[in-house]
Amino acid sequence: MQNRKIFKYLKSWILNAITVILSLLWLSVIVWAIVVSFRPANKPLGLGDVWLNGFTFENYLHAWSLAPFGIYYRNTIIVVLIILLFQLVTTILAGFAFAHYKIVGGRWVLFFILLQLMIPSTALLVPNYATIRILGLFNTKIAIALPYLGSAFGTFLMRQAFLEIPDDSIEAGILDGCSWWQLLLNVYIPPSVPTIIALSISSITWHWNEFLWPFVVTNSDASRVLTVGLVRFTQLGEQGAQWPLLAAATITVAAPLLIAFLIFQRRFIASYLYSGIK
Amino acid sequence: MSQEKTKSTLKNSILPFILISPTIIIVALFTVWPTILSVYQSLFRQRLNMAEFRVPKFVGLQNYISLFSSQTFHQVLLNTFLYVAITVPVSIFLALLFALLVNRSVKGIGLARLALFYPTILPMVSAATIWMFFFTPEYGLFNTFLKFFGYRGPQDWAGNPHLALLAMMIIFIWKSAGYFMIFYLAGLQNLPESVLEAAAIDGANPFQTLIHIIFPLLRRTTLFVTTIAFLDAFQIIDHIVIITKGGPSDASNILLYYLWQLRFEYTDIGKSSALTVILIAIMLLFTITNFVLSERREEKANAK
Repeated sequence: MQNRKIFKYLKSWILNAITVILSLLWLSVIVWAIVVSFRPANKPLGLGDVWLNGFTFENYLHAWSLAPFGIYYRNTIIVVLIILLFQLVTTILAGFAFAHYKIVGGRWVLFFILLQLMIPSTALLVPNYATIRILGLFNTKIAIALPYLGSAFGTFLMRQAFLEIPDDSIEAGILDGCSWWQLLLNVYIPPSVPTIIALSISSITWHWNEFLWPFVVTNSDASRVLTVGLVRFTQLGEQGAQWPLLAAATITVAAPLLIAFLIFQRRFIASYLYSGIK
Repeated sequence: MSQEKTKSTLKNSILPFILISPTIIIVALFTVWPTILSVYQSLFRQRLNMAEFRVPKFVGLQNYISLFSSQTFHQVLLNTFLYVAITVPVSIFLALLFALLVNRSVKGIGLARLALFYPTILPMVSAATIWMFFFTPEYGLFNTFLKFFGYRGPQDWAGNPHLALLAMMIIFIWKSAGYFMIFYLAGLQNLPESVLEAAAIDGANPFQTLIHIIFPLLRRTTLFVTTIAFLDAFQIIDHIVIITKGGPSDASNILLYYLWQLRFEYTDIGKSSALTVILIAIMLLFTITNFVLSERREEKANAK
């Protein structure tokens, strides 16, 4: 009995040690970036020298003076909000239509929309670029947002949430003489708010972080988003000695989401669980 | 109720279609049409940077043939195969390991979850910039760390033809494992308590429980995670764009990056369309197979 207890104790300590080591390894990436971004340039960069060289905002100021991060920020926020706003409207309307009405050939219409899940937009980079050119939208914020204004995944998610609404409350609404949009606003949407929030969080993170598509359809600072701006920045040929500067730029891009994540961890993780079907 | 729905259908037979139409337009314009266009354009030779090939000329399957007979494409296919075949199982294994580790109720375990999950929130371009430093020769943190364990090998990971692809794999695995972890974590927390208790009463040791009970019960999660891991491995190339640009000499070039090169560096519309079709075929095949597999399993489970 005594042995067993010791064994159990030992086992839990070994598991704890593995957990701590893995966590530290995974954390070291962001810790290094944050620490170095606040260190004076041209000082040693090993983790061992981390606390020796003082603390400065210089790198951030320098990074912001070398590239128009203010414009990148504005562009990113605009693009993310445009996408979010449209996605909420289009997915809620479509999800409502699928859940509430019996549509002739509804299964085929749903299948048509779900094609978007089966053929990811990254694979369609080349023809979509051509479409943006034809529409005359190259190098605009609209071009970055356009392919995402409707979302098969979001439609599906909203449909599932709306199907959960109890028949009784829908019937009550209909008896009260609600029009379709009153029904949607008063009966369908209120209980579906958690799904809507999850959808919003995953949409915001996904599009804040997206790189390849905006990289392809923009070519000037006026319409570049943060991720693309950062890559232009890293390619200015200032690598090597300028790691604190690069680290500051890197953190500049990632900070809003990381901070939001620290504050709303549970919501973020839940929304990522939802959005796995993406 | 369904009668009620039918009634509202008859009265509003156009309304639902109007509500769906914005989504249909976007899907038609940015998924269905480009797919058809790619198939069509892949049958033509067209290169924008050569005057004689500026006007598309029908060449049948020539684009596909020249792709499949090119040395670079073979290299890219091999790289992609290796990339997927290694990153997918390794990141899924790590995800499961993470989930098992952080599914215990120990003080501070929430912090470990955050530490392992945060790369999901970090933009890949930011992650890549940081890792670029880690992989630099001489003072790179990665080498410093390995030196601690006696590593004296080649120093410049991203610039070494034998290591560049591996370096890209490490970044992908580091970034994805925590994301896949949360699906396993959810799966573990939904495991029926009674089954685990029964196993404990039968005297199964933790290892036996893991192999014979937990794994089989998590099979659906694994299938699901495999699908997203596979699609992600094909789609995420931000770190390659930033760190290696597919080099040195195509050592870290994978399908999507090669597609980007064909279109935007060589401005070869025909070949890049052919490659688009190939990429679509792979992804479609994989998602549909997995979908069918999981549906069949569900049916089997229901039949029981």
